[in-house]
Amino acid sequence: MKNTPFLVGALTIALVGSASAQSLTIATVNNGDMIRMQELSSGFTDETGIELNWVVLEENTLRQRVTTDIATGGGQYDIMTIGNYEVPIWGRQGWLAPLDDLAEDADYNVDDLLPAIRGGLSVDGTLYAVPFYGESSMIMYRTDLLEEAGLEMPENPTWEFVAEAARAMTDRENDINGICLRGKAGWGENMALITSMANAFGGRWFDEDWNPQFDQPVWNEVLNFYVDLMNDAGPAGASSNGFNENLALFQQGRCGMWIDATVAASFVSNPDDSEVADMVGYAVAPDTGNDNRGNWLWSWNLGIPESSQQKDAAKQFLAWATSQEYTNLVAENEGWANVPPGTRTSLYENPDYIEAAPFAEITLDAINAADTVNPTVDPVPYVGGQFVAIPEFQGLGTTVGQLFSAALAGQSSVDDALSQAQSVAEREMRRGGYMN
Amino acid sequence: MATRQTRALARTMMAPAVVLLLLWMIVPLGMTIYFSFQNYNLLNPAMQSFAGWFNYEFFVTDPAFVQSMVNTLLLVGGVLAITVIGGTLIALLLDQPMFGQGIVRILVISPFFVMPPVAALIWKNMLMHPGYGIFAHIARFFGISPIDWFAQVPLFAVILIVAWQWLPFATLILLTAMQSLSEEQLEASEMDGANAFNRFFYIILPHLARAITVVVLIQTIFLLAIFAEILVTTNGGPGYNSTNLTFLVYRTALLNYDIGGGSAGGVIAVILANIVAIFLMRAVGKNLDT
Amino acid sequence: MARSVRPQTKIAFTVLAWLVGLILFFPILWAILTSFKTESEAIASPPVVLPSVWTLENYFDVQARSDYFKHFFNSVLISVGSTLIGLFIGVPAAWSMAFSPTKRTKDILMWMLSTKMMPAVGVVVPIYLLFRDWQLLDTVHGLTFVLTMINLPIIIWMLYTYFREIPVDILEAARMDGAELWKEIVYVLVPMAIPGIASTLLLNVILAWNEAFWTINLTAAQAAPLTAFISSFSSPQGLFWAKLSAASTLAIAPILLLGWFSQKQLVRGLTFGAVK
Repeated sequence: MKNTPFLVGALTIALVGSASAQSLTIATVNNGDMIRMQELSSGFTDETGIELNWVVLEENTLRQRVTTDIATGGGQYDIMTIGNYEVPIWGRQGWLAPLDDLAEDADYNVDDLLPAIRGGLSVDGTLYAVPFYGESSMIMYRTDLLEEAGLEMPENPTWEFVAEAARAMTDRENDINGICLRGKAGWGENMALITSMANAFGGRWFDEDWNPQFDQPVWNEVLNFYVDLMNDAGPAGASSNGFNENLALFQQGRCGMWIDATVAASFVSNPDDSEVADMVGYAVAPDTGNDNRGNWLWSWNLGIPESSQQKDAAKQFLAWATSQEYTNLVAENEGWANVPPGTRTSLYENPDYIEAAPFAEITLDAINAADTVNPTVDPVPYVGGQFVAIPEFQGLGTTVGQLFSAALAGQSSVDDALSQAQSVAEREMRRGGYMN
Repeated sequence: MATRQTRALARTMMAPAVVLLLLWMIVPLGMTIYFSFQNYNLLNPAMQSFAGWFNYEFFVTDPAFVQSMVNTLLLVGGVLAITVIGGTLIALLLDQPMFGQGIVRILVISPFFVMPPVAALIWKNMLMHPGYGIFAHIARFFGISPIDWFAQVPLFAVILIVAWQWLPFATLILLTAMQSLSEEQLEASEMDGANAFNRFFYIILPHLARAITVVVLIQTIFLLAIFAEILVTTNGGPGYNSTNLTFLVYRTALLNYDIGGGSAGGVIAVILANIVAIFLMRAVGKNLDT
Repeated sequence: MARSVRPQTKIAFTVLAWLVGLILFFPILWAILTSFKTESEAIASPPVVLPSVWTLENYFDVQARSDYFKHFFNSVLISVGSTLIGLFIGVPAAWSMAFSPTKRTKDILMWMLSTKMMPAVGVVVPIYLLFRDWQLLDTVHGLTFVLTMINLPIIIWMLYTYFREIPVDILEAARMDGAELWKEIVYVLVPMAIPGIASTLLLNVILAWNEAFWTINLTAAQAAPLTAFISSFSSPQGLFWAKLSAASTLAIAPILLLGWFSQKQLVRGLTFGAVK
């Protein structure tokens, strides 16, 4: 074992080496905007002398890592990238440091944050995280294909119109699918779409007494509508398609329409990546004539766990990364179309941005219209548009997503999927003490 | 022959390993058993209370529970079948005279060195993707519509990926065993006029029995815990079609953050794994004693 | 095997074996090729086999985003460290089991293997709590300890089966000559055991290198090895297969090369007692 001393020495060096000047550990997700933030963050270090250690993980892994860490008080991270799903739950538990100082800082201009987004990050008026980018949902469509089909996108499209147009645009021989929708199982994948679709149809996850509603006729209508539409006009293998796969399909000109997060607009209109960049039109997400467009509202945010020892430095970084100056910095380096959207009113008043981003106005309208307190027609006991902001939703949403994905793949019937979803949801609600 | 002194010494030498493993077993297992009797959701820590057997009841009544057990067995059995049969055939082939044997052996063992998430990512994206994967391209070249592996045959797709990773291991052990078969035995049988077929079934295969049991034992231990490949590719779906027991525990403990339920699932998984193990040990023990 | 065969037969075997070898190697080869393509060539349809221009850009991008060498160094420390410590504990244990077996030896071995059956996903929260209290989160030594414990049963099993094949007569002879126990070990046993130890070492470095649950879940910025590095390229927004391939190639290359160069040593002891 003559190598052991060397090893011990090396271990010691590795351990001692880590304890140096002030440094923050930031956990973030590997989306394009965050990677850009990481690239540009050397500017922050130059300005403040604060070193940054980045932990960049794939979304599911990241969520599992940071949740375990914050719930056990592990204290591994000074800044966490979290969704507006987590913020209210964690804020209520007292796990996140309140950001009152930021809210009071005139330079930060907290009132510039979009009210809908800011509301989702506050618990009883206290801000617990700041938004890095925000999104709602919209229709992206191929103007050329729609015209060929002899149709015109109305100002307020309905799901009925979407279905009609999708079927009309489908051209199996040329591998053109009328519509691409998420089918991959996951609470943040297919369930985001299907839940917001259900909102538009007047369905809800739970009634006021937390009784699951999958046994109601409206869910049957929603799921049948979705499965039929995808079978008639969707791409092959739709049950494995998430945001990424649909993005690639759309960029390659294989989709007539795509209803998804508004952030996708800047990808499909980027001529470097998209073959159809100059043929994309945008419209608000469909309703069913009731003006409920699904109330999709998502934001990726930066928050500071209470267990962090360096809250002041962490707040400095939060202010930097979510400021107007940061937006300008991205615009200088990457162009206006690539700035993180959906967080500040000022961005949508900026003529440079409006010019570079033809989807800006619809994005803003969609975000402003999203009502997460009254997401659907009937009253609900929960908050959230395309998700239900309760701790149990991650697991429950994923399981239900699996069942619906199986229905889309043709491995089970819509009725079976719904009745299984109902019994799973009842189980979880009893387990969580919501209902008896 | 062994004196009392050497026996004492032998015990001392074993002590560190036994004590450490005992701690490594007892501490987590003890905590898991404790939590399995608690109502404890990590996201709602204030609600912790004694749960009795409720977590166990809740876990075994999960709609995915029965299927996850079946899937676990299919996964282990499927991978074992492919690796043992495939490994024997490949070992037989590698044992023949050929040019560039060393390089072929390197090619064959390479999958064993690939970390599970990377293996799963390569297969999921670049091989099995219904749109851009190589298999889809090949299918389209022959005018067949491509298989959507993770939607149509999810468990089989996972089995294929895992079998690819473990085939080299089985091949190597079987090859070593095959090469230990004495030349004389084979030549003698050739003299007796046994054809290749008989030689394989009456001489080579019995000789491999021991190696096969070893492959089965070692692989089973790893295969019962398969998780990363499922997480990366199918997430247990569609439906519960590729949910194995480990994945069900994951869903309970790390998606629902139901630590009580997840712990109960963990205890159940340990018990089931040990039942499988006892059966295996019986079989293997017999083979290894001699 | 030195049987004489007709050249045609040899050629037939050669072709067949190369075919099998290339099929099994293909996924790795394809990932390596893809890592040199542009992103659009990586998902081109029909597929592009060889990149039209071999580009290193993906590698530069990957390195710019995550410091490969830091993760690489952690992987080396953790996998080699846990294996060496495992050998340090495992060699004496396996030695005594092999040469002074008792009725319970086999049971102890089986029990050791059974400690591997606890599903990691079920105990991650308890372990996380312990690691938090002992300040072991995101440390190389904490992770090294976990991987040592995970692989120790395999280490002992491999060594035990290997040691058992060492003829006891030799030890008896040494004992007759009046050799002390430690001399017996150093001069007689160790030289005979080296191939088995080398093989055990290699296999366990590989297993520890590829462990992808604890290494991700117990680390953050400091101790994260290559498995965490891979996670940051795993499913980003958009299909970045070329970058994913570059990251994958970087993550598996060291262990692949180690495996290739040491395959003779690895194979020699990798029998788990399968050969009598």
